[in-house]
Amino acid sequence: MSVREVLRRIGLATFVSLVLGFFSLPLLWLAFTPFDSDPRISASLPDFTLHNFQVLMDNPYALASLRNSIILAAGAAALVVTCAALAAYALSRVRIPGRDVLLYVLLLLSSIITGTAAMVPIFLLAFNLNLIDSHLGVILVLTGGLLPAAIFVLKDFTDATPTSYEEAARVFGATPLQTLRHVVVPVIRPGLATVMVWTVAQVWGDFLMPFLLLRDPDKAPASVIMYTFYTEGGQPDLALISTFSLLYSLPVVGMYLFVSRRYGFRFHGGIKR
Amino acid sequence: MAPPTSPPAEPTTTAAATGPTPSRRVNDDAAGLGTRRAAAFVAPALVLIAVFLVFPAVWTLYLGVTDYRLTGIAASDPKFVGTGNYTSVLGDEEFHSSLWLTLQFVVGSAVIGQTVLGFSVAWVMRDRSGPVRRLVEAVILLAWILPGSVIAFLWIALLDRDSGTLNALLGTPGTAWLLDHPMACIIVFNIWRGTAFSMMLYSAALGNVPPSHLETARLAGASTLQTLRDVVLPRIRGHILTSLLLVSLWTFNDFTPFLITAGGPDGKSEIMSVYVYRTALGDGRLGFGAAISLVMILINLVIALLYLRALRERRERDGGDGRGGRGGGGRRDGRERDGRGRRGHGRRGGRGKRRKGVAV
Repeated sequence: MSVREVLRRIGLATFVSLVLGFFSLPLLWLAFTPFDSDPRISASLPDFTLHNFQVLMDNPYALASLRNSIILAAGAAALVVTCAALAAYALSRVRIPGRDVLLYVLLLLSSIITGTAAMVPIFLLAFNLNLIDSHLGVILVLTGGLLPAAIFVLKDFTDATPTSYEEAARVFGATPLQTLRHVVVPVIRPGLATVMVWTVAQVWGDFLMPFLLLRDPDKAPASVIMYTFYTEGGQPDLALISTFSLLYSLPVVGMYLFVSRRYGFRFHGGIKR
Repeated sequence: MAPPTSPPAEPTTTAAATGPTPSRRVNDDAAGLGTRRAAAFVAPALVLIAVFLVFPAVWTLYLGVTDYRLTGIAASDPKFVGTGNYTSVLGDEEFHSSLWLTLQFVVGSAVIGQTVLGFSVAWVMRDRSGPVRRLVEAVILLAWILPGSVIAFLWIALLDRDSGTLNALLGTPGTAWLLDHPMACIIVFNIWRGTAFSMMLYSAALGNVPPSHLETARLAGASTLQTLRDVVLPRIRGHILTSLLLVSLWTFNDFTPFLITAGGPDGKSEIMSVYVYRTALGDGRLGFGAAISLVMILINLVIALLYLRALRERRERDGGDGRGGRGGGGRRDGRERDGRGRRGHGRRGGRGKRRKGVAV
């Protein structure tokens, strides 16, 4: 082994360790503190306890906010998957003039009209439609933003399925809705699962829209409650924050593991938020 | 230009294949959907998109020319103020400083930070497998998928003045990172948060670089930098451009810094997303805020159009198979494809040979 090779190896090992250190350093707190009997702001190996989870259970907002997050995520996922599947199927099977242009324009719009850029009109729209402080308002606004990409992905899946099954179903007298439910949906199930997981992940982590549209802390989802835990009122309760962070993060990690095991982590460029 | 052998025959067959299929589909309409029912299927999605995505954007145009406020007389009866909001936004000191901070944020964290770090990790890990690679990828991905408000607190704890982990580690107790260097903090934070995307994208892109080219460069004694410049870069240039635009767009629209510094201290980290929140919803100047919104949407539009153009050019360049051989870009590809087709594996096709020459 030449000197150059040795130096190269040392350099590589240093780089890899630095990267590992940089990325794991902030995460250590999340891993250790929830189980520490004396939770502090700096990360340290815990003096093991589960008492902090008792603090979490006693907080009136913590579990309610997780329930609100589930309502928002499930509502948006159901709406996005249903509307996107119907639209993608129809657009895939019936040729409408200007269809491809329409899809591209919608996709373009959804990437430029982000929650951040359009927070003023979205807030006013919700205000005028009486959708402030309502879960439905948040669900509708988020659905509107996520639908174009969802239709785009699902149309790829429906385009790839042969029409012969549907022809057969039609011969046996199935109505289009029956065909969709019993023939097409089972075939494009991986696509539906992808879109559903993606929607849930987006809504679960979203902070801005519920922060903007929900004023009542009883309705706020976990993302907003988490923020109020450390910004409002004096000394932050570290036992509460650490356990809550962990509980709130676990579903996302679980979902990610599920998707990468089940479907292999396929890279859908451009789909994140 | 190409002899009438198999490659030019390809486009004709594809054209013939794509040609009749849609028309047969229309005539048959496999599911018996019919145009009217198809419209009914599309309608719910279109209505939701129209009301909650398109309408807000169009409404921004109107709101921007009024003195709309959250409370008071202007709330019930907004007045038309023409281009007043736009001129005051464009002349506003705070807007200028926010624009400058946003530029630092996007260029520093997305264009330089995430891209360089993501590519470096992908490059170092390219031919490795095993626990080290899995561990590195796992922590980087974890930073990307965890909810923003959790991540924000983890960073606040890390950078805490009195007992933060960073101060304990560096032996600098009492250093208030978030107050003294707020911009640096959110830039480093965003590199940490978003590197996963670049890493995954470049890992996939590096898979397109034929191993034999890298081997040739190595045998020719090319240094890592020379290999990157002459062998790797030409292959992944399209990926770099599109990913740069995409991460810029996301970073520009990122609201997470608000959770860490809330724009402070003293507006020193008030990037555009935080600035629009503070003026419109904090101060209640909705007309003024709408004018900023429009500026942001226009910036997004420019980035997105550049992205689409880059994507189309990339498709014409790489995906020319089958369709290619038409435009100027396609010609080069056509030649390369011919080379590939004739020489079997074609790993030593025209391009590779030239590159090798350069690398030496």
